[in-house]
Amino acid sequence: MESGFDYGIILKSVPYLAEGLVLTFQLTILGILGGLVFGTLLALCRLAPFAPVSFIAGTYVNFFRSMPLILVIFWFYFLVPFLVGRPVGGFWSVTIAFIMFEAAYYCEIMRAGIQSVKVGQVYAGQALGLTYRQNMQYIVLPQAFRNMIPILLTQAIVLFQDTSLVYVVGLGDFLVHADIVANRDNRLMEMFSTVAVVYFILCLLGTLFVGRLQRKYANE
Amino acid sequence: MEFSYNWDWSVLFCTVQDVKIGCVAPYFYWIVEGFGWTIAVASAAWVIAFSWGSIIGILRTLEDPIWLRIPVVKSPVNFNTSAIEADNGVVLINIAWFLHGFATIYVTIFRNIPLLVQMFLWYFVLPEVLSKEAGMWLKRELPLPEYWTSVVCLGLYTASRVGEAVRAGINSITQGQHYAAMAVGLTRVQVYRYVLLPVAYRIIVPPLTSDFLGIFKNSSLALTIGVLELTAMTRQIDEYSYQTFESFTAATVLYILVTAIVMFVMRIVEGRVSIPGMISLGAK
Repeated sequence: MESGFDYGIILKSVPYLAEGLVLTFQLTILGILGGLVFGTLLALCRLAPFAPVSFIAGTYVNFFRSMPLILVIFWFYFLVPFLVGRPVGGFWSVTIAFIMFEAAYYCEIMRAGIQSVKVGQVYAGQALGLTYRQNMQYIVLPQAFRNMIPILLTQAIVLFQDTSLVYVVGLGDFLVHADIVANRDNRLMEMFSTVAVVYFILCLLGTLFVGRLQRKYANE
Repeated sequence: MEFSYNWDWSVLFCTVQDVKIGCVAPYFYWIVEGFGWTIAVASAAWVIAFSWGSIIGILRTLEDPIWLRIPVVKSPVNFNTSAIEADNGVVLINIAWFLHGFATIYVTIFRNIPLLVQMFLWYFVLPEVLSKEAGMWLKRELPLPEYWTSVVCLGLYTASRVGEAVRAGINSITQGQHYAAMAVGLTRVQVYRYVLLPVAYRIIVPPLTSDFLGIFKNSSLALTIGVLELTAMTRQIDEYSYQTFESFTAATVLYILVTAIVMFVMRIVEGRVSIPGMISLGAK
C-alpha cells in the first residue's frame, strides 16, 4: 500500500465517477416517478371502501416493507428476465425493483397525507354541494399534497442513498465506479472518502432544502 | 410470456451430503446458519444503537448551559462568546453548547451518507487512517473482523435514528412537567432520570420498533463485506444449486416472519406501557 493521500487519482477519475453519478440520478428519478405513480394507485386502493381491494393493497405494502431492499433487488434481478423470457439488462430489473419497493413507502406517505386533512374540510365541501371528485380535487388533495411534500422529499433523499445498493448486482453506479477505480489502483481510502463526501454534500443540500420548506409551510 | 422454471423445494431441505441421493450440500443448515448470523448482527448492533442513540438524543435536548470551571493562572484572552466566559482566574466553558453541537453534527453526518458507503468506510478506510499497529490489529488480530465492523457500522448508523426518536419523545413532553420537576428541587440529571426519560421511552415505542426492524433488514448489507448472513447464504445456495427462487423464497419468508413476530409483540408492549390519555407519536 502506497502511503499518503493521492489527490491525483481522484481528479483523474472524475469523468468516470461522473458517469456513475449519472446512473445514480437516473435510478433515483425513475424510482421516484414510478414509485409516486404506483404508490398513489396503491394509496387509493388502500383507502377504497371495497374491502378486498384495500386488503390486497395493504398486504402488498406490508410485504415490501418487511423485506430488506437488497433481497428485493436480488429477487427482481433474477425474476424479471424470467418473466419477460429474455435478458433485459440489469438496469431495468433494478429500476423495477426500486419502483415496486418505493411504491410501498410512498403509499403509506400518501395515505397519511390524505388522512391528515381534517374531516371538517370534507364536510364543508359537501355542504357547499361539491361532488366527491370536486371535493377531492379542490379541497382534500391540494391540502394533503402540501402536507406530504416534505416527507416525500425526505423519502426521495433516502432513495437516492439506497440506490447505492445496486452494488450487489454490480450495476455501474457512482459507488461501483469508485469501487472499480479503488480496487484497480489500490486507492480505497481516496475513492471511498470521495464517495462519502459527495453523497454527504448532495444529501445535506437536499435535507436543508426540505427543512426550509417545512419552516416555510409552518409559518404560513 | 412463459414462466418455465423447475421448482424443486427439496433443495432447501437437503441435509445429507450424498451424491447418490442427488443432494450434495447442506443447504438447510446454510439457511439456519445465515439466519443465526442475521440475528446476531442485528441484536448486537441494536445494543449499540439503543444506548448510544439515547445519549445522542438526550444531548440534543440540552438547552440550558452547563458551565465547566477550568482554573487558569491568568485569563489570557477575554472570551466573549456564548460558549466561553472568563472570570478572574477561572474560565467557564459552556459544554452544553458543545455537546448539543456534537450530537447535531453526528446525526447530520450519519443520516446523510448511504449506509453501504459507511460500511466501506469502516471496513476499508478506517484501518488505513489509523496508525499502523491499530490498523493491523483491526485487520489481523480482531476476531471476526467483518462481523464486528458491520455491528459497529449498523449500530452507529441506527443510533442517529434512535437519537432523533428520543429527542422527539423528550420534546413532546410539556414544559410544565420539566418546570414542576425543577420546582421540586430535582437536579438536571434527576429531572431526566425520573421525569423526562420514563415518559419519553413509553411514547417512542413505535418509532423504536421500526428502528429495530430497520436494523434487522439493514443487516443484509453486511454481506457486502463478507458476513454470511441470511441474504448472503441464499445467494450462495443459488450459486451452488441454481435453484434461485427457492432459496430467495425461504429468506423472504424468514424476514417476514420475524418482522411479523416483532410487530405483534411490540404492539402488546405498546399497549401495556402506553400513557393513559396520551396519543403515541407513531400512532396512526
